[in-house]
Amino acid sequence: MTHLFLPVYALWRREIVRFVRQRSRVTGAFAQPLVFWLLLGGGLNASFRPAGAAAGTNYVEYFYPGTIALVLLFTAIFSTISTVEDRNAGFLQGVLVAPVPRWAITLGQALGGTTLAVVQGIIFLLLAPIAGIPLSVGAVLSCIGVMLIVALSLTSLGLIIAWRMESTQGFHAIMNLILIPIWLLSGAFFPATGAPAPLRWLMILNPLTYGMAALRRCLYLSHPAAAGAVPALLPSLGISVVFCAVTFVGAARSANRSLA
Amino acid sequence: MDSEAIRVDRLRHVYGDRVALNDISFRVHRGELFGLLGPNGGGKTTLFKILSTLMTPSGGTAFIFGDALSAPAVVRRHLGVVFQHPSLDGKLTVHENLICHGHLYGLHGSALQERARTVLARLGLLERAGDRVETLSGGLQRRAELAKALLHQPPLLLLDEPSTGLDPGARRDFLQYLRQLRDEEGITIVLTTHYMEEAERCERVAILHQGNLVRVGTPAALKEEVGGDVVVMHAPDPQALQGKIRGRFGCDPTLIDGTLRVERPRGHELVRDVVDAFPNDVTLVTYGKPTLEDVFIHLTGHRFWGGDSNVGGDA
Repeated sequence: MTHLFLPVYALWRREIVRFVRQRSRVTGAFAQPLVFWLLLGGGLNASFRPAGAAAGTNYVEYFYPGTIALVLLFTAIFSTISTVEDRNAGFLQGVLVAPVPRWAITLGQALGGTTLAVVQGIIFLLLAPIAGIPLSVGAVLSCIGVMLIVALSLTSLGLIIAWRMESTQGFHAIMNLILIPIWLLSGAFFPATGAPAPLRWLMILNPLTYGMAALRRCLYLSHPAAAGAVPALLPSLGISVVFCAVTFVGAARSANRSLA
Repeated sequence: MDSEAIRVDRLRHVYGDRVALNDISFRVHRGELFGLLGPNGGGKTTLFKILSTLMTPSGGTAFIFGDALSAPAVVRRHLGVVFQHPSLDGKLTVHENLICHGHLYGLHGSALQERARTVLARLGLLERAGDRVETLSGGLQRRAELAKALLHQPPLLLLDEPSTGLDPGARRDFLQYLRQLRDEEGITIVLTTHYMEEAERCERVAILHQGNLVRVGTPAALKEEVGGDVVVMHAPDPQALQGKIRGRFGCDPTLIDGTLRVERPRGHELVRDVVDAFPNDVTLVTYGKPTLEDVFIHLTGHRFWGGDSNVGGDA
């Protein structure tokens, strides 16, 4: 097994080292959602009461877990988009001619992106008291678990797209057409309760809805009522794990397919 | 059979309607320095991608040290690959890149550190090992690419246009390294190139043109095919001069891109005679022993750099 652990470790490590040496990526993945949260949350706070949210939940608080998901999504996008160019004219060329199975390459890449996403998610999690959400050890630990699953799914989803795209412009198009709407329709930005029926249906079918629900449930672990009208924890976790497995297998297959 | 490093049998590749490789067959011997020469679009990059297991050919087979390319996992163990575009991570140091690469090949611990040191020392990169790759000059980056490709001691080194972007001095150095490497460690080296002087320094050269393998041979043998000297004449009215030379000297110059070419033994006599007979019709005459560029023109009827422009007569 050593021979498969090593490549995964090497690729994971490379993602981390690269990230640390590129300050702009920290800004992109962390500061941007923070600004969204402060501006959108602050701006909409006075005007909107999220329907289906627990009594006393204002918009800043409602949008807070959604912003965590956005941190995970942005980090996943930034860490996978380089695959598009890397495989034709960059680092991945050398990786692809090495005797390493494609799934191990995918695992190394995905774990690297997941680590970066979760570390930033944890930093953001520490802001919960500002949003008016008291944290407990159990809440933090269970949230980290959910973030791991969601981040791995989103990174894998990013890899699926990146392996199939010929250009980064193509990736950007898909990002705007698919990834951002997946996030918008996950209950991160507005609750399903009260949304028009077609949107509500899309939200029920959206796998990220359940990652979002699991995150809310874990965040309010000690006072469940505050999580609002979202799916229960266990089914949400179950669906999230399945989504994670499906996207990872999809990413490995995309890597396999694009080059023999 | 045992002396073969690469065997390519009727390899074929098409992109849609375009035939990139047209039933190509050749052998590369063990320990050989072998060049794939051709203009851009000739098919050499396609061939390189197939040999380096990055692409599955549309047809035909190839074996590397007896292992079929259809089983890439096995073949990859034999390969060290240097790509045309940088494949080192610029944000990582040279040493970090090597360690990462070593892990991909299952190397680790002190054996890997030792091996990295050896390659870095061999390529004169020890002092720069701690520098980020993006801070190195083009020549040093190429050397670092080579160090990476050699780290796992592959018996076959494949290089795609290895000296693109290097100045002539750095290019000569790089080729010098390759020759030395081959001489001292007996590894087989196959490189694609569109530089004549690079191809000249290979032991055997395969000439690719529009997806066809035009000829394989030593540079000397290929040049012999041209038959004697090459005389090239520039003239204000090349067509008129072509007619005059035909009538007067009984040889048939070919007209390529506005210049007249004659390949014949004792070419210097023709230079003398033509200038003597038509002093006002000639602006410039060059005379020389054939180069690989002349071989290319002789075999294909196309200028190496001239795109698709055709020769007046049959080459």
